[in-house]
Amino acid sequence: MTDLLKSYRFREERQGDWKRLDLILTKAENGGVKNLTDEQMLALPRLYRQAVSSLSVARSISLDQNVISYLESLCTRAYFFVYGARTTLGERMMQFLRRDWPAAVSQSVWTTLLAAFFFFGGWALAFFLCLQDMEWFWTFHGQNLFDGRNPDATVEYLRSTIYTDESTTGDGELTAFSSFLFNNNAQIALFAFALGFAFGIPTAWLLVYNGVMIGSLYAVFWEKGLGYEFTGWLMIHGVTELSAIVLAGAAGFVIGGAVAFPGGRTRLASARAAGQKAATMAMGCVIMLIIAALLEGFGRQLINSDTVRYAVAGNTLVLWLVYFYAPRKAPDA
Amino acid sequence: MTATPPLKPVNTGRRPGISMEAAVQRRARLAEEMRVAKMVRRLVTPEGAAIQLKLGSASERAGAFMIDIAIQWAIVIATLLGLTFVVGALSPGSANIAFAFWLVFFFFVRNFYYIFFEIGQRAATPGKRILGLRVASRDGGRLTANSVLARNFIREIEIGLPFQFALMGGDQFGAWMALFGLLWSGVFLLFPIFNKDKMRVGDLIAGTWVIKAPKAKLMDDITSSAARPDVSSRFAFTPAQTEAYGIHELHVLEDLLRQSTPEIKAQVATRIRAKINWARTEGETDLVFLEAYYAALRRRLEQRMLLGERKTDKFDVR
Repeated sequence: MTDLLKSYRFREERQGDWKRLDLILTKAENGGVKNLTDEQMLALPRLYRQAVSSLSVARSISLDQNVISYLESLCTRAYFFVYGARTTLGERMMQFLRRDWPAAVSQSVWTTLLAAFFFFGGWALAFFLCLQDMEWFWTFHGQNLFDGRNPDATVEYLRSTIYTDESTTGDGELTAFSSFLFNNNAQIALFAFALGFAFGIPTAWLLVYNGVMIGSLYAVFWEKGLGYEFTGWLMIHGVTELSAIVLAGAAGFVIGGAVAFPGGRTRLASARAAGQKAATMAMGCVIMLIIAALLEGFGRQLINSDTVRYAVAGNTLVLWLVYFYAPRKAPDA
Repeated sequence: MTATPPLKPVNTGRRPGISMEAAVQRRARLAEEMRVAKMVRRLVTPEGAAIQLKLGSASERAGAFMIDIAIQWAIVIATLLGLTFVVGALSPGSANIAFAFWLVFFFFVRNFYYIFFEIGQRAATPGKRILGLRVASRDGGRLTANSVLARNFIREIEIGLPFQFALMGGDQFGAWMALFGLLWSGVFLLFPIFNKDKMRVGDLIAGTWVIKAPKAKLMDDITSSAARPDVSSRFAFTPAQTEAYGIHELHVLEDLLRQSTPEIKAQVATRIRAKINWARTEGETDLVFLEAYYAALRRRLEQRMLLGERKTDKFDVR
């Protein structure tokens, strides 16, 4: 028929392929790549290129809005599928654990040191202030937060908080408490990361604040001569937990530094590059805090010997250091 | 939904033959087209073809977020009720362990709900999917898992921080601090409104943006029914009659034919007949007339387009 519009004939000839591509995409979007047959997989690139070229032709010859918006949507979907991520979640996690996470941490040594400086600086400040004058403890804590673990407590009471007495506590209670602590710490870690965007200043404050909280408590036990025992109690999980907090702060500083001092790049590009690295570190912190919660919930309550506690603490420290900083073979790219 | 044609400079001055009212309407329409065009970003694929991406508006994204929050709360509350029931029925002593489990579950729903869905093939949470949105990388490359992590961990300062300040209170000093904090953190919350790409802070850090990805349906070509020999022979429009309107009117007519009621179609048919001096022939229905005129108009406009002339609307006389 010669009487048909050119744009209509154009569409008639190609719409079969468009609909096939549509079908393949719908299938892939609903159930992933696994749902596609080999034949469909092979047809996809050709159909995609054809749809894209149809779109540019249609824009210049057709005034049918429906065809153009259909092709726009089809090409967008196809583009994201064809050039989208191909890795499965499992592969992605393995890559994260084997390469991305340690690489992100070992590339941020200076920000990690800065975060550690703020955290342990706050710790030392509170510790020495409290040793000089215990009134400082009340300034830091306001009212009583640590269920009676304050300067007025007796040595016997403080000692009892360090070791678990089988008869007094049911294990359900401890599990609940450690999961509460995990929740709290993980939220603080993510907070420290996110606050980095405000040039890292709130992150620094958060680190100092948490350092002061622990440092002042440390002083209470130290003054009563329980320094050695308290260190074991704290460090069996604290090595992991405190490293996680410091690394979360470091992630915040990575972002803050990139936003404040973009260097040669634009602020957007710099924020973006830093964001990828920092997010990897923050994700890692959540994993570390899960491990810390397990150590705290089970390890600390079951192990009541100082020596074993110190051994666990030392081992975890060495393991983390090796995992993050040991040189590894460059990935074969 | 439509591809916005490149806007050419518009002469808004009065021209002979244009009423004041029509000129005002036209200017408003062009301003609206400009506004829509500002939300369009061109993506050039490696094949060299341009795809136009439309950014999701702030209100659509807020809507998607509300839906997601509702789903999250539904999950968390349903789990709490389920656990309470199980604990009550089986072993009342294990309440602590159940609570511990729920607390960890709560943390993961709060922080990993978005990540779980956006890392998937569709790159959208259920809320975004309902509103036809998806997350995409700003440079057109693939959306990496790290980007998804970054944009969602940042949510903590955009939503969590203002919320905490809003709940803070206390004495007079505390209240002032809370107000100051609320204003400060409000900057993060309202960030998407103040930049042209509608990015939230998380998008900025992750290098992403949120675009519209609606699923369009291919409908029948309207000219297919007008191409039947018996119809085309009955409607022989003169060149002058097909010059009466431009592309804008053609698109309006297309929308009308696809989705309007018979009454509106009848009104429009009457107006077009009057405008082009078309004498209604015997047995001619409004629908058939409109379809035939649409086909003739589109044929004429597409011919001119091939020669490089886009007649944007009926006022465009060249």
